[in-house]
Amino acid sequence: MKIWDVRTVLGWTVGLLAAATIALGAQAQEPIKLGVFLSATGGAAFLGDPEKKTIELYVEKINADGGLLGRQVQLTIYDDGTKAKEALTFVKRLIDQDKVDLIIGGTTTGNTMAVINEVEQAGLPFISLAGASVIIDPVKKWVFKTPHTDRLAVQKIFTDMKARGLTKIGLLAGSGGFDKSCAGNARALMESEGVEILADETHGAGDTDMTPQLTKIKNTEGVQAFLYCGFGAPTSIVAKNYKQLGITIPHYQTHGSASVRFIKGADGAAEGVRLPAAALLVVDSLPDSHPQKAIASAYKAAYEDGYKEPISTFGGHAYDALFLAAEAIKRAGSLDKEAVRSEIEKTNGFIGVDGIFTMSPDDHLGLDNDSFVMVEVHDGGWKLQE
Amino acid sequence: MSSQFLQFLISGITVGATYALVGLGFSIVYNSSQVINFAQGEFVMIGGMATVFLMAAGAPMPLAIALAVLLAVVIGFALGKFAIEPARGAPVVSIIIITIGASIFLRGAAMLVWDRNLHHMPAFSGSDPIDIGGAALLPQSVWVVGGMVIIVAALQVFFSHARIGKAMLATAFNPLAAQLVGISTRGMLLLSFALAAGIGAIAGILIAPITLTYAGVGIMLGLKGFSAAIVGGLGNPMGAVAGGLVVGIAEAMTAGYISSAYKDAVAFLIILAVLLIRPSGLFGRRESERV
Repeated sequence: MKIWDVRTVLGWTVGLLAAATIALGAQAQEPIKLGVFLSATGGAAFLGDPEKKTIELYVEKINADGGLLGRQVQLTIYDDGTKAKEALTFVKRLIDQDKVDLIIGGTTTGNTMAVINEVEQAGLPFISLAGASVIIDPVKKWVFKTPHTDRLAVQKIFTDMKARGLTKIGLLAGSGGFDKSCAGNARALMESEGVEILADETHGAGDTDMTPQLTKIKNTEGVQAFLYCGFGAPTSIVAKNYKQLGITIPHYQTHGSASVRFIKGADGAAEGVRLPAAALLVVDSLPDSHPQKAIASAYKAAYEDGYKEPISTFGGHAYDALFLAAEAIKRAGSLDKEAVRSEIEKTNGFIGVDGIFTMSPDDHLGLDNDSFVMVEVHDGGWKLQE
Repeated sequence: MSSQFLQFLISGITVGATYALVGLGFSIVYNSSQVINFAQGEFVMIGGMATVFLMAAGAPMPLAIALAVLLAVVIGFALGKFAIEPARGAPVVSIIIITIGASIFLRGAAMLVWDRNLHHMPAFSGSDPIDIGGAALLPQSVWVVGGMVIIVAALQVFFSHARIGKAMLATAFNPLAAQLVGISTRGMLLLSFALAAGIGAIAGILIAPITLTYAGVGIMLGLKGFSAAIVGGLGNPMGAVAGGLVVGIAEAMTAGYISSAYKDAVAFLIILAVLLIRPSGLFGRRESERV
C-alpha cells in the first residue's frame, strides 16, 4: 500500500491549507461579544423593557451597516427580573461562560451595585443604565454610566426653586435605592444650595396612599415647595394624593417620573408638576439650534417606527451606552479591555440622547447640569420651561 | 388638629379596606381547605388588568368589569382543578408551595398577555374630593369601603344560611364526616378557589383607580392582605376586615404622628403581638387538639 504518493501528499496539503484559511477567516470574522443584563420583567420592567428594545434595535442596525471594526456584534441579553441576586448570577455567566468583551446593563441602582465587585475583579468595561450617583462616586476603574444622576437632578431642581424664590421645602421619598439616594443628595446639597428641608418624610414599597405624609407636609409651617423622590406607581399616587388634599405649593418630582405613564397614571393630577428631564422628552419643542436635536429626533423616529410605542428617556440611556461603547471600540481599534476602557474614559464631546458626554478619570458619567431641561406637565404632555 | 386626625383616619380606613378586601380571599380558601393561597394577590391583579385592557378594547366599564370577574373565576377554578386537586392528599405545605408557583406563573403570563406598564383606571364617580370636617375623602374610597361591607355581609349570609356555604364550612371542619353526609368535598374545594378568585378580582377593580394596576401589583397587596387575614384570624371574613382596618389605621397613625419611617415596622409589630397573644387571630377559632 502506497500512502505517501505525490498525489496524496498534494491532496493533503491543499486540504490542510484550505482548512487553515477557513479557520483564519473565521477568526477574523469572530464577532464582538456584547453582554447585556436588564430588568425587562419585574418591578423595573417599564425601564428595562424600552432599554432592551433599544439595544436590540440598534445592534441590528450596527450589524446591517457592517458591524464594528469589520466584525459583527453578537448580543447576549439576560433578564434579571429586577432581582439583584439574579443580576449577579447573569453577570458571572456573561464573564465566565459567554466571555463577553463589554457589559451594558443594570437597569436599577440596586442591581448595578450588586455586580460592581464582580466586574471590577474580572476587569472589563461596564456601562450601567441606573440613576443613582453612588455608582460612579467614588469612581470605580471599570464602571461607567449614562443616565443623569439624582445628584444632578436635585441640583437642577434646587436651582429652579431658587430662581422662583422658593427655599423652604417639604421632602417625601420612597424606600427604593434611587429614592433613598435622591433624598440623601437633597439633604447633602441643601446647605451649599441654600435650601432648607422643613419636613422630611418617607413611604414604604408598594404603599398605595401617601396622604398622611402629605398632610404633615401641608401642615408644616413655612413650606414653600414640595419635592418627591421616587419612581414607578408611587409617582402617580403622590400626584393624586396631592390634588386630593388640595395642596397648592409648587410640586417637583425627579427624572424618575419622566414617563408618559406618570401623567396617565395620575389621571389629570399631574398638571403643573415640574421635573428635570433629558431633552429627548421634549425633542419636538427643542429649537433646531439645540445640539441634541438631530440625534434625539433620529432616535425617536427609529424607536417609534420599530416598536409602534412612544419613546421613554430610559431607552435613551441604553442608546447612549451602546454608542459610547461603539465609539470607544472604534477608537481603540481592538477589543483589548484596558484599551476600550481608557477610550471610554477619554470620551470627549460625544453627543448622545441624554446630553453631551465628556468623561475623565474623575468623572465616569460626563454629564453636567446643562444636560437637563426643566419641564412642566401641561395639558397631559410635557412643556419645556425656560 | 382634629382635621389632621380625620385625614389620617380616612387614609387608614381606605388602606385598611384595601387590605381587608384582599384578605377575604385568603379566608375563603383557608375555610374549605386549610390552604393559604398565595396566588390571591394575582387575582387582584387580574381583575384590574383585565378591566383596563377590556376597556381599552372598547368595552363599556360595567361589561369590562363583569368579564374581568368572570375571567378571574375561570382562572381560579382552573387553578383548583389542574394544580390543587391533583395534589390532594399532599401535605398542606406542599399545596401552599404550589400556590406560590401558580402566583409566579400568573404574574409572568400577565406580562406576556398584557404588558409590563402601569395602567390607570378611571375612578367610578369622579376624582373630586369630598370635604369632611376639613379632611379630604376621595369618592373611590367610599366605593372601596362600601364594596367591602357588601361583600362581607354577603359572605356572612352565604356561610351561615346557604346550604352550599354551610357545606363548605363542614368540609373545612371535617372533610371525612362531610363526605359521609353526602357533600362533594372536591366540588367545595373548586368552589372556594373560584369564589376567592372572583372576590379578589372585585377587590382589584375597586382599588385600581387608587393604586393603579400593573402585572406586579399583587405582590405587596397579597402580602398585606395576608397580614390582615392573619391578624383578624384566618377563616373568618369578619376577621379579615378587622385585621385590615387595624393594620391600615395603625400604619396611617404611625406615619402621621410618629414617623413615616416606622410605618411598616409598626404594622409588623402588631402582627407579631397578635400572633404571640392570640395565635389564632382576633376573631379566629381556638384550635383544640384532638388526642
